[in-house]
Amino acid sequence: MNNASLQASEMTGMALTMYRISTWFKSPKPYLMLFGVGFLLTIWYLFVEVWQLPRFEDMPGLTEVVTEYFSPDPIYGLSVYTPEYYQHIGISLRRIAYAFFLATVLGVPLGLFLGWSKKFHEFIFPLFEVLRPIPILAWVPLAIIMFSGSETPVIFLTFLASFFATTLNTMLGVQSIDESYTRAARCLGANGWQTFRHVIVPGAMPYIFTGLQISIGVAWFSLVAGEMVSGQFGLGYVINTAYTMVTYPTIVIGMITLGVTGFITSTMVRMAGDFMMQWRVRELALGDN
Amino acid sequence: MSTMNLETAKPKVELRSQNSSEIVVNNVSKVYGGGPFAKEVIKDCSFTIESNKLTVMIGPSGCGKSTLIQLIAGFETPTSGEITMNGKPITGPGKDRLVLFQESALFPWMTTYDNIMYGPRARGETGKEVTELADFLLTKVGLEAFRDKYPAQLSGGMQRRAELARAMINKPEIMILDEPFRGLDNMSKELMWEYYANLYEEDRNTNFFITTDIDEAIFLADRLIIMTNLPTQARHVIEIDIPRPRKIEDIFANQRANDIKKEVMTLLHEEAMKSFSGGSKAAADFLEAYSKRAE
Repeated sequence: MNNASLQASEMTGMALTMYRISTWFKSPKPYLMLFGVGFLLTIWYLFVEVWQLPRFEDMPGLTEVVTEYFSPDPIYGLSVYTPEYYQHIGISLRRIAYAFFLATVLGVPLGLFLGWSKKFHEFIFPLFEVLRPIPILAWVPLAIIMFSGSETPVIFLTFLASFFATTLNTMLGVQSIDESYTRAARCLGANGWQTFRHVIVPGAMPYIFTGLQISIGVAWFSLVAGEMVSGQFGLGYVINTAYTMVTYPTIVIGMITLGVTGFITSTMVRMAGDFMMQWRVRELALGDN
Repeated sequence: MSTMNLETAKPKVELRSQNSSEIVVNNVSKVYGGGPFAKEVIKDCSFTIESNKLTVMIGPSGCGKSTLIQLIAGFETPTSGEITMNGKPITGPGKDRLVLFQESALFPWMTTYDNIMYGPRARGETGKEVTELADFLLTKVGLEAFRDKYPAQLSGGMQRRAELARAMINKPEIMILDEPFRGLDNMSKELMWEYYANLYEEDRNTNFFITTDIDEAIFLADRLIIMTNLPTQARHVIEIDIPRPRKIEDIFANQRANDIKKEVMTLLHEEAMKSFSGGSKAAADFLEAYSKRAE
């Protein structure tokens, strides 16, 4: 155990996060990352604008996109200066929030019970496994028939994929718990409900948060699918409309925005996980260095 | 570190359980599976865990000792025969029989203190008496500085001591330890032997200790039960009359210890040979280890 890891193991919450950020900046990682991004942008620029390679010639170029993105008076109507841009982000985020919240609130308990009770598992799991592989796009018609308006079908579609990811991972989390923990709890006098609360729930927590990571990722996935089909605002809608209106730079603006917001939301989920599982953070911090 | 902490006993806290208890295993058999897959792990096994003694059970690895623990702890029921504690049949797990399992079962999501306090809290006992006992035990097992650390931050030996404390706070009538020091390096193992023997000598509660290590068995035991190969039976009981407190050197230098060791080795060797001819991998390992020791 070296000094740095010992330090890390003493810290909690925010201090640990700050410590991690500062070590991150001292490592070559952020600079490699910048280099990677720069490399991609250069390739884009060269292929489209300088060399005008076949298949790339019709694509929106780097300078065109950047000019549009940061223009106070964008040609196609969407840039960081237009309120519509934030409206689209806001609406997409709101749908994600609803869907992710619902998926978590329903998926985690369902997963816990699926892992905990053999009878319940046998009753529900086969059904669950039949529904799970159905692609989100296949749900679109039913979603539109079932729910009125344009908002609920999109939220429903976004919810579905997240729900399956969360439930499945939570269930695996419960099944992964070593039997010695439940035996120890029973031996020490815990009843069934106490064992569930003190052993099953915290024991499944690492898997639950892995599930939530996947869940937030697939939420964005299916959100865009939903917004492209039925929806009046949102980033998926932006991309789809830009395509039909042949305003290509806006497509790229939508894609970049999706990438960045998606990255931020999954970082938030990871941070929430670290915050709730101090024991886990320390376990990993000790193993790290 | 271990012996030092024993001197620091604060106001004398009573750790001795109220009654002396004994467990009688009477003609117990355990069969797993059914039909053509039935496997008899324990057959007509009888022995007594005498009260206020440290009984050690030794046998070739994979011989069904852990199954016996499951039965005594009440996690499983025997196929036939009966296990009684103070004359009453065992029907399920209970805090009167606490088990320390092979692998550390400290809850990784709780601090050392919360782990130790788990039993009392689960039963709704959070009074001053119990918290004082928890602090006393923390000091006793030398972990007062690690009170708010998580198990992953403790060494293997510390984890085992924390687990001992977590068991002792419940003042169990019988402590059952299933190869608790397995996987520790030799140094910490010997320290833990001395440490555990000291704890035992202080309150002399009924202890039942399972091992595959002959030195460990002879160093710790009042009574040593030698088990047969599958299906398991109690083959032989040796009273180990080496005076306490014992020293680690005793198990090498003491003539009586050496005689016992020879006797145990011969018996175990026979059993290992049987399972070896039965094609057991575990027995082959044991044989190899045995032949190295004998040199």
